[in-house]
Amino acid sequence: MKLALRYSALLAILAISIGPFLWQFATSIKGPNEDVFVPDFIPDDPTFANYAAVADVVPVWTFALNSLTVASVNVITNCLGAAMAGYALARLKFRGRRFAAVVFASSILVPFEAILISLFLVMRGFGLTNTLTGVVLPGSIAALNVLLLRNAFLALPAEVEEAAIIDGANAWQRFTRLALPSVKGTLVVVALFSFMFSWDDFLWPLVVLSDQEKYTLTIGLAYLQGTFVQNQRLVAAGTIIAVLPLILLFLLLQKHFFRGVGEGAIKG
Amino acid sequence: MTHRPYTPWLFLLPGLAVSLLFVIFPFLNMIVLSFTDASALGGGQFTGVDNFVRMAQDPKFWVAARNSLLYMVGVVPPLVLLPLLIAMLAQKVVPGIGIFRTAFFTPVIASAVVVGLIWTWLLDSRGLVNNVVEALGGTRIGFLTDSTLLLISSMVVTVWRGLGYYMVIYLAALANVPKDLHEAAMVDGAGPIRRFWSVTVPALRPTMVLVAALSAVNGFRVFSEIYLLSGGSGGPGGASTTMVLLIQSVGRGLTGEVGYASALSFVLFVILLGLLLVTLKLNRREEQL
Repeated sequence: MKLALRYSALLAILAISIGPFLWQFATSIKGPNEDVFVPDFIPDDPTFANYAAVADVVPVWTFALNSLTVASVNVITNCLGAAMAGYALARLKFRGRRFAAVVFASSILVPFEAILISLFLVMRGFGLTNTLTGVVLPGSIAALNVLLLRNAFLALPAEVEEAAIIDGANAWQRFTRLALPSVKGTLVVVALFSFMFSWDDFLWPLVVLSDQEKYTLTIGLAYLQGTFVQNQRLVAAGTIIAVLPLILLFLLLQKHFFRGVGEGAIKG
Repeated sequence: MTHRPYTPWLFLLPGLAVSLLFVIFPFLNMIVLSFTDASALGGGQFTGVDNFVRMAQDPKFWVAARNSLLYMVGVVPPLVLLPLLIAMLAQKVVPGIGIFRTAFFTPVIASAVVVGLIWTWLLDSRGLVNNVVEALGGTRIGFLTDSTLLLISSMVVTVWRGLGYYMVIYLAALANVPKDLHEAAMVDGAGPIRRFWSVTVPALRPTMVLVAALSAVNGFRVFSEIYLLSGGSGGPGGASTTMVLLIQSVGRGLTGEVGYASALSFVLFVILLGLLLVTLKLNRREEQL
């Protein structure tokens, strides 16, 4: 009896959590003759034609490619750049280390929204507005990831590296051959959240991009909604295209997602 | 010597460059610009506190500040309490619990845009929710056309999207609550509600403060949900606009008033910093107790 109650509560929350996604998917596979306003989760005549049709209205696959490019570059720059900086902070002794740590720590405290307009001016100064490079750069090495990796490197035992120093390994060799392989777990978390953050980002691409062929999926979809509210099937197909890769990634690597939340790799 | 003196700086160069160029410099520049009348085309004269005087007289600013504040106040209590209840439900290992936890987390990984579009469709005047309302004998509700309802709808979306995220934080914290406390309370004859208030809540108080702080800061910074639910307009007549919406609409584009937008950004920063300091203070008091 108690168990039945527990499961009914779990099922109710399950319906609230994924019901909206299912409804969106149902809408996306409804044919042109079916009324999308009727609350019917199972279409009479399911079709994937809307997924092809949405590409006739906006270049949705170009948007997807742009998002994929931005997100992939973001993963590489964050993993490598943040690991390098984190390694120096954790493992190398030098004058100015405190200064570097303060720069990263204060960067975390600056809310992105507060520097939005000012950052746009910087990008314009570099001539990088309306480019994918401009989209990637500000988040390319997040200070939060630097500190996450610094902590991971700090947790490694010092003896292995001391032996390598005696063997004559230089700092770069110790970094790539010893330190980096030992923090794989944190790197996976950083990679995953860098990808997700970049794929999901909306405000910055919205401000920095102006030409449609440069759009990422998020702003492309917002644009699609503004233009073709009439055909909900197409908007629904677009949102499924945008969310499906992340859902698959999440199903494959969910324990790293949960770990990332625990380590504070994402903020809300 | 284990490395040359310049080696650490080579390691740090990319990361420091990004932080200094794209965070620290824009931040300092924002503060400077907020005291000028700079436009999108450049230039700008030092105008002292003119932007802040203008802000005090700008009804749009007060609407945006009030809405951001309301938003924060509105989302914090449900985001502190509901994910805790869900976490308690999902904590006990029963068959299939992994599937439930995964499903509860799904809204977190979807982008604010996807979530916004899904809910725009659900809350449409002819959408699923209104169909249900009508089937139950009610009349259709203008969730997205009334400025107050639009704000509330958007808060619901924010809460919906945050449930899974804060659930995971609570799950980690619940795992650390000593079991014998619960057992002792049970022996003393405390019912489940009594145990919730006298065992679980006190043990989780630091986590609840953390969740309150995170959701307050994120609530005040709200942008995507309102932007999408209102179709980019900030509601009828801009009545549902928020601070970040106002900043980007004032400062963007060729007609952007960079000076004034910077002043608005400065105020946003000060408020968020204030929230952060309050949280730190609360946390410190927790530690002293």
